Amino acid sequence: MLVVDLLLALAALATAGQCLLLPGLFRAIANLMAFGLVMALIWVRLDAPDVALAEAAIGAGITGALLLTVAGQLPASQHSLQSIGSGLSRRTLAISVLVLFITGLLWIAVVSLPKPGLVNEVTAVLADSGAEHAVTAILLNLRGMDTLLEVAVMLCAVAAIWSLQKAIPPPPLNNHYPGLPTLARWLHPLFLLTFSYFLWQGAHAPGGAFPAGAVLGAGGVLLLLTGSIAWMHQHAYNLLLRWLLAAGLLFFLATALSGFLITGTLYGLPPRFASYFIIAIEVATALSIALMLMTFYLFGRPGTRQ
Amino acid sequence: MRELLGTGLILLGLPFFIASTLGLLRFPDVYARLHALTKADNVGLGLICIGLAVQASSIAVALKIVLIWGLILLASSTGATLIASSALRHGPAPRRDDEDTHAGR
Repeated sequence: MLVVDLLLALAALATAGQCLLLPGLFRAIANLMAFGLVMALIWVRLDAPDVALAEAAIGAGITGALLLTVAGQLPASQHSLQSIGSGLSRRTLAISVLVLFITGLLWIAVVSLPKPGLVNEVTAVLADSGAEHAVTAILLNLRGMDTLLEVAVMLCAVAAIWSLQKAIPPPPLNNHYPGLPTLARWLHPLFLLTFSYFLWQGAHAPGGAFPAGAVLGAGGVLLLLTGSIAWMHQHAYNLLLRWLLAAGLLFFLATALSGFLITGTLYGLPPRFASYFIIAIEVATALSIALMLMTFYLFGRPGTRQ
Repeated sequence: MRELLGTGLILLGLPFFIASTLGLLRFPDVYARLHALTKADNVGLGLICIGLAVQASSIAVALKIVLIWGLILLASSTGATLIASSALRHGPAPRRDDEDTHAGR
């Protein structure tokens, strides 16, 4: 298996290098998506299937498709961005030294981490956390604050995209590409099934809100781009859409505050009810994450009156 | 016996991948490359999936592997149609070598 690992590492370096050094935007994006897939395989080899899934869905799929759409809308003159010169200029040298320095610092930090980390501490409180799987317990209870902030960051990204321009409705595809809307609709039940499976699995095995949300979001993006979700563009549903987008974060905040009222610490879930809280937060965040990933693909603020 | 059958099927599937990769690298235009990729990849992947499913520890795992094959068939055939029709509308026209040579004679 060492050969596989070496090949994966080489492939990651090669795709990253091609993404940065080859001229042309399209080539860079294609290499970035390939890089995301290689990274997903590397995460699988590191026994982190949940991270692998999130990387494949978000890193390669959703980001790649966003970048491809952007490249499609750019004027042709900007497609052939010049690559940085391959010669060793003074700036390249300085940057390389800086990168090596930072890598060295990171390496020192990794090496000086206590072995075996916080595994024992987490296992000790796992019974009180309301989740049977350590990752879920950490994400939604022990370090719930981090997850809360991550969801807030995603909501900020949606707000930033909406503030740029009006939404661009998807072009009618039926005449030229009849297969695509059908595929999106046929596959959606499978996306829903995978979503539910990951949510259910999150309590006791790798899975949980983020991979589940990423999978459902990817299926939703397919539907949205093929014009199968009309309501998001309509003015009448705009308020509902905004509330649904914020629902995950609001629910998360409400639990954090109620934890504060009950136990006295912000985000302190009472052990007796912790498992119910975790399931509720997990479902709400997963749905919100899926919806936020989808609204990226409105490319702007929907529902404005014409 | 199952081991042997599985390995045999996988070994049978590998040449299809090699041939389709060769086609992707050597064929002249986007349509021919798509042809090489989708046709050969699907047969090769099918053989490898059946080979893995034969060796799988349980029926559930075997069915999951077959499901993966089915999903990839759906996605790659749709993707190939999309790329081909997109290329037909915006890209270069397909090469027609046989017509050219007939017309030349």
